[in-house]
Formats: sequence, C-alpha cells, structure tokens
Amino acid sequence: MAGSVDLSKGLPSHPEKSTLEGKNKFLGFWIFLGGETIMFATFFGTFLGLREGTAGGPSAEELFSMPLVFIMTMLLLTSSLTSVLAMFSMKKNNFKNMLVLMIVTVLLGVGFLGFEIYEFVEYVHHGLGYTTSAFASSFYTLVGLHGAHVLFGLCWITTLIIRYSRSGITLTNAPKFYVASLYWHFIDVVWVFIFTVVYLMGIGGA
Amino acid sequence: MSDDLSKPFTKSSMSEEEIMKINKERKIQVTSFAFMIFLTILAFIAVATETIEVGFAIPFILLLAVVQFFLQMYYFMHLKDKDHGWPNAFIISGVVLSTPALIALILLLGVTKY
Repeated sequence: MAGSVDLSKGLPSHPEKSTLEGKNKFLGFWIFLGGETIMFATFFGTFLGLREGTAGGPSAEELFSMPLVFIMTMLLLTSSLTSVLAMFSMKKNNFKNMLVLMIVTVLLGVGFLGFEIYEFVEYVHHGLGYTTSAFASSFYTLVGLHGAHVLFGLCWITTLIIRYSRSGITLTNAPKFYVASLYWHFIDVVWVFIFTVVYLMGIGGA
Repeated sequence: MSDDLSKPFTKSSMSEEEIMKINKERKIQVTSFAFMIFLTILAFIAVATETIEVGFAIPFILLLAVVQFFLQMYYFMHLKDKDHGWPNAFIISGVVLSTPALIALILLLGVTKY
C-alpha cells in the first residue's frame, strides 16, 4: 500500500520514503553504513599502526605524488555533488535530469578508479609489492578496499541506470536511486580520511 | 497496487512552497560543496608549502577532515534533517564503537613495529 500518500496528485515530495519498502531500505542502509564506519576505522587503525614499518622498501614520502591525489580527490568530491543534485532532480520528478547527473557521477567515478589503478601499477614498478613491507600491505588493503567500494558503487549505479533507463521515476526505483546515492556519499567521506591520513600525512612526513 | 509502484508520474505533487524550500536546500548544499573544496585545497596547501611546521600541519589537516566529515554527513547525506533520528543513532554508535578500536590498533601495532 502506498499508505496515506495521494498518488493522483503526482510524485510525492519524498518519493524515496513514501512507501514502507522505501522506509525500510533507508533505515537498513543506515545500519549498514554504521557497520561500514567500524570496518573502515579498523583498517585505518591498522594502517596508522604499521605505516612506519617499511622494512627497507619504498616509503610513503618517496612514492606519493600530491598532484595525482589532488586530481583524484576533486573527481570524487565532484561526483558526490552530482549525485546530490541528481536526488534533487528525482524529488522534482525530473527523470532525464536525474539520469544525466547519475551518468556524470559514474563517469567521474570511473576517472577516479582509473587514476587509482594507474597509481597502484606505478607503485609496483617502484618496488612496492603487496608483501614488500607492513606499510605496503596495510596501504594496499586500506586504499584497495576503498577502491573496491568505488568499483562496487559504479557497477550498482550503472545497473540501476540501465535497468530503469526508460521507466521514469516510480515509487519502486526512487528508494533504490536514493540508497545508491547515500552509498556514493559514504565512499566520498571515507576518501576524505584516506587523502588526509594516508596521503597528506605520508607526504608531510609525520 | 503493484501497478502504482511501477508507474511513472507525469508531474510532481510538490507545492510552490515545497519547491522553494527544496531550491533553498539545494543552494545550501552547493555552498557546502564549495566550502568542502575550499577545505580540501587548504589541507593540500598546508602540506605542500613546507612553511608550516609538521607538528602543526598534521593536527590542522586532521581537523579539516573532521569538519568535512560533518559537512558530508549532515548536509550531503541529510543527517541534519528532523526525520533522521535513527540514522544519526547508527552512525554515532559506529563512530563511538570504532574509536577505541582505532586507538588500540594504532597503539598496539605501533609498539611492535617490523
């Protein structure tokens, strides 16, 4: 049941939360995000504990390049903005606009992931294999975990775009798009800490 | 009923007032995005220009990250909205639970370096 919402008037002002299913998705997703917070915190803790254990291999200061990290950060932050704007288009029942903004989000995310893969390949060439040192494995695990989240988010949003490319905004797909955008923001939040704790602190030599 | 759920709408039911409210909120979010970009650039500058002492730059960029965390959570992910009591509870418990784990990991692993 659509509950107390009068559907004859048009799209409800909060299409993502006007059905019970939408409400449940919303609540369940925040439980998931609470758990993700804990998981990422433990990976950050491991990295911070081990980051000085280079075991004779390359150190953070030698490897990290600030321009590359800056470009990646800008790509991911901008994609966060486009997915926020997409949600506004969704609430206004502007389907085409939402779709375009979601596609832009995906493209920015793909750009980010491309830079990350390039970065990892480059580091391996510089002698930082996964098992080189404690620093190497904790770095690859933390940043790689975030990269895996980005990849997952990209597949998720792409699937949604393809699946609903012609259906318009309905009460079924509005919660799905909304939850995907929440996920994307969360990835962005994690990146804020990665670029601060991993890269800037590594380059700064603290 | 299932037809209703998979049926697109021709118009939005939002009133003029609601549209104005949503436009205002969008403006706030774009402003907070600009502010986030500013904070990011500030963090990069703090590390890039080596005029600032490391002992000061590191806590400074950590503070910027925390500010960004709140901007992202409360503005972009709508945690500031009134109907977000439970999401707030989940995220706060996530942060509260992970803080001791984070500190313990840093201390324990930091002691046994290899």
